Amino acid sequence: MSAVPLLEATGLTRRYAMRRGLFGRPVEVRAVDGVSLALERGRTLGLVGESGCGKSTTGRLVLGLERPDAGGVAFEGRPMPAPGTPAWRALRARMQMVFQDPLGALDRRMTIGAQIAEPLEIHSIGGRPERVAQLLRDVGLRPDQAGRYPHELSGGQRQRAVLARALATEPALLVCDEPISALDVSIQAQVMNLLVELQARLGTAILFVSHDLRAVRQVSHRVAVMYLGRIVEEGEPDAVLHDPAHPYAQALVSAIPHPGRRQRRILLQGDPPNPADRPSGCAFHPRCPVATTLCAREDPVLKPRPGDGRHVACHVAQGEVPARRAA
Amino acid sequence: MSEPLIALRGLTVDFDGAPALRGIDLAVAPGEALGLVGESGCGKSVTWLAALGLLPGRARVGGSVRLGGEELLGAPPALLDRVRGGRVAMIFQDPASSLNPVHRIGRQVAEALGLHRGLRGAAARAEARRLLDQVGIPDAGRRLDAYPHELSGGQSQRVMIAMALAGRPELLVADEPTTALDVTIQAQILDLLGALRRETGMALVLISHDLGVVAETCERVAVMYAGRIVEEAPVGRLFDRPTHPYTQGLLGALPPLDGPRRPLAAIPGGVPEPGAMPPGCAFAPRCPQAMAACAAGVPEAIAVEPGHAAACLRAARALVPA
Repeated sequence: MSAVPLLEATGLTRRYAMRRGLFGRPVEVRAVDGVSLALERGRTLGLVGESGCGKSTTGRLVLGLERPDAGGVAFEGRPMPAPGTPAWRALRARMQMVFQDPLGALDRRMTIGAQIAEPLEIHSIGGRPERVAQLLRDVGLRPDQAGRYPHELSGGQRQRAVLARALATEPALLVCDEPISALDVSIQAQVMNLLVELQARLGTAILFVSHDLRAVRQVSHRVAVMYLGRIVEEGEPDAVLHDPAHPYAQALVSAIPHPGRRQRRILLQGDPPNPADRPSGCAFHPRCPVATTLCAREDPVLKPRPGDGRHVACHVAQGEVPARRAA
Repeated sequence: MSEPLIALRGLTVDFDGAPALRGIDLAVAPGEALGLVGESGCGKSVTWLAALGLLPGRARVGGSVRLGGEELLGAPPALLDRVRGGRVAMIFQDPASSLNPVHRIGRQVAEALGLHRGLRGAAARAEARRLLDQVGIPDAGRRLDAYPHELSGGQSQRVMIAMALAGRPELLVADEPTTALDVTIQAQILDLLGALRRETGMALVLISHDLGVVAETCERVAVMYAGRIVEEAPVGRLFDRPTHPYTQGLLGALPPLDGPRRPLAAIPGGVPEPGAMPPGCAFAPRCPQAMAACAAGVPEAIAVEPGHAAACLRAARALVPA
């Protein structure tokens, strides 16, 4: 590990104004609320959480596609230039994004070869035909498939084409936002294998945004669990999956359906909360099975837990207060 | 199996000449929970839409579907209207688009009660409230007057389940009921389906692409590939001793929760197009164990053990001592 991480985000905050009804007062929604993370070269950080927890917004903030209202992003130790500036454009070649729906991410009227060549043109990188053929081979497509249109490819092949395009500029960082959610199980496995293999070969760092803890374990070196705009737990995937510290992470892990094992599930009460109506104290306390009065009052901070040093934002897991009843 | 509640025999569906179902034999016993698993386009949803006469006119449906003693294929509309929502109810993946956005949910549940049980006015409202209570909607009395947009995804699916229960069905067909929901909400809905089945004794067909979801909810599983059932077994047996290479592939493609991380055993290639089915076994081109004989003819389902059948030549050969 080098001294300066490839990517470092500190206290990222993104607020949106939302108006309820025609004459309602605008309410502030904090989609991302003080997220800090670091990613080293050649490593993968998995960002998990349910819809609306801010994991996709975090991915966009990290790439500079959106400007944070507070906090900042440093890439290779230097602060991220303002979006739209020439410096930012130059940097964008070094970081790329892969989205969930490959058909939506590709232009239906262009061959995939032309689409893979486009970032090379934009960033003035030469040797195009050979480079495109090499990229197609890298992602497990055949060079003669460069002449195909997106609708002529299967779902898995399309996502391979999207990956080839993202890798065209040899990025140091790849942000993958739910890259396998739209694919069938057998194809998901192909794409996960490909990501791991490409990372081993090219040394790309990956921010892997997903709701699927199984997939995150398969590809990540570290995992961060988000709830309502904040990271509530962070650690090694196996540590978080086998011994989750935060009650929300415990519920998430126990909700993973598992063939051949019928274990007791922790059923959370109620729905995910509305980010516009954030509960006081710990945002998870209204659904938490072990919440105490302190949890409703005081916001827990993400810090290493005494003992094993797991990063967790929970009064109970930190031992600051006894659980209301056994979890 | 005792007398089945519903029995599909040789069910086939063609869309403009392209086969979507190529002969489905499937039976559901009263009170049983059957999982139907497969990837997109394998025909798992089409099977039940065809059985209930819900496919568009250009679909050509053949075979037989018997509910109790009655044939449903080609049955008069009046009979189908009584069956659908009555003896057999169905819920779908996206609850928000199944509800009418401009009517209060109480009215929508009451409409189903009027159609299938003849309840009107205060009696319908009281029963609608009881149903919302039964599916775990908090403050059911007041929620009757809510509009669908005021409900979360999980609550909308609960309302859909309440509407499905309105006709006191003997069979609930749930088509990917939790795919659009978050995992913690998915756990709530699966739990609810299990509890309702215990309370009412209805049978459940759970259609899903997720083997894990099926494993936790069902007693028996049928795996579909390219319009056919390729393996059928009790749930524990299917996960312990998968026999068809496709089932083995699906299980191998699932990332494990523990143990060392190694490349997943992905199934190469993709599902064949309906218009370009390979000859013989449809899985043969992707199958790591394929032999020359696999291309010769479509393999019949063979019982490898009572209650466990697989449509694979390898499974058939393993049974015959060489």
